[in-house]
Amino acid sequence: MDLHFQFDWQAAIASLPYLLKGVPYTLLISFGGLAIGFVIGMLFGLMRIAPSRWLRYPAVFYIEVFRGTPVLVQVLFIFYGLPTLLGGPIDALTAGIAAIALNAGAYISEIVRGGVQSIERGQREAGLSLGLSATQTFQYIIWPQALRRMIPALGNQGIVSIKDTSLFSVIGVGELVRQGQVYIAQTFTALEVYFMIALLYLAITLSLSMALSLLERKGLVG
Amino acid sequence: MKDDKQIQRDATPIVRLDKNDNKQIQRDAAPIVRLDKVNKHFGELHVMRDIDLSVAPGEVVVIIGASGSGKSTLIRCVNGLEPFQSGRIEVDGKTLAPHGASGKSLQAVRTEVGMVFQQFNLFPHLSIRDNVTLAPRKVRGWSRRQANTTAERLLERVGIADQADKYPSQLSGGQQQRVALARALAMEPRLMLFDEPTSALDPEMIGEVLDAMRELAKDGMTMMIVTHEMGFAREVADRVVFVHGGEIVEQGTPEAVFDDPQHERTRAFLSRVLKH
Repeated sequence: MDLHFQFDWQAAIASLPYLLKGVPYTLLISFGGLAIGFVIGMLFGLMRIAPSRWLRYPAVFYIEVFRGTPVLVQVLFIFYGLPTLLGGPIDALTAGIAAIALNAGAYISEIVRGGVQSIERGQREAGLSLGLSATQTFQYIIWPQALRRMIPALGNQGIVSIKDTSLFSVIGVGELVRQGQVYIAQTFTALEVYFMIALLYLAITLSLSMALSLLERKGLVG
Repeated sequence: MKDDKQIQRDATPIVRLDKNDNKQIQRDAAPIVRLDKVNKHFGELHVMRDIDLSVAPGEVVVIIGASGSGKSTLIRCVNGLEPFQSGRIEVDGKTLAPHGASGKSLQAVRTEVGMVFQQFNLFPHLSIRDNVTLAPRKVRGWSRRQANTTAERLLERVGIADQADKYPSQLSGGQQQRVALARALAMEPRLMLFDEPTSALDPEMIGEVLDAMRELAKDGMTMMIVTHEMGFAREVADRVVFVHGGEIVEQGTPEAVFDDPQHERTRAFLSRVLKH
């Protein structure tokens, strides 16, 4: 093949050990943030549909703020801005996890709301009519069904958040992109290294979507 | 169709004879349900106007009326699925207050009152067995074994014992509705409410659900039934209540209401529904 440029496979493979050091950070920020974000999302998603406005309004406020501002601005605010407020530094890893948690949490709140609201009213009525309390009806009837319906949307959010962590190279946390940039500065192999970085992201996101589609198929018995 | 009817006619007298065989209506006992001047509005719409209605233990009351007459709303008020604005509802000695402000007594009432819905409302994520055992285990605190034994007995009674491990979506509509009946009965209710239990069913499946309800009536269960099945109403009802425009227009024995309706609106309604 006669191309204008040379793709140097050896350089690409040589960068791999270095890039792989960034993967644990990418995974930790992504999945740590998503796990916390799920808890936040469940809490605020349910507050969002609560009858009391004292629960509803704060949830709407949170969701709008964190869905309506860029995750890059959020992480910069947390990493550079918050320390002046708190009087002490926040380490980059914590800032990254917090930014993903808060950002994904806002989106997951809306996923939770949609999932719960999509369950037919008759399900709740059937639960209540059997003498189950509102909490039991939610726990045993509404939530398991809602969760199942939320899986595709949660998977989407997971993939978006994993990719969002690439922005956190700006605060110096040693995730995939950051590792790549440092490596390129020494070797000038941008083409090969960014290609490998893309492959590694793809490996992570594909694993996630495959795991979720497996979960979805297994969960769809009922 | 005509031939089928002929055959059924031949069979009915035998069924009719045992209509009241095993059951006793305890008219002298305190009523199990009592509605006292109950009013309900949906915004501008006055869907229940000063409804007074008592149901004696063991009695089968069938409520008939056109769509939108308020008959479904009426029975949904009895277990608090619909709030009402004024009046009083007493169920099994517990009082439901207006505006849904009944607190603990609401759950206590629902524990003793079973309901079968038009759309079955089975729990699609649970097996048939778990559909039936969930409430007894979580509300009554039964062990899994005790609840399973009861579920087996009830599923056998409604004729679907061999389907316990399946999921609702794998059953026909008629089977699903019979599971819904078993699910409600598993709580050992003192009263059963039926909200158009056969309206969502294919015609060939209506019979099996009505049969199960007929059995239940024969065993002496107190029942309030909203239905469009007039033949069934005539057969199982101890009392037929005709509702129109949110009011009870007329009530009495099936013979009285169907054969000799006193009110013009009742006659108009019956002539419409009995024509076909």
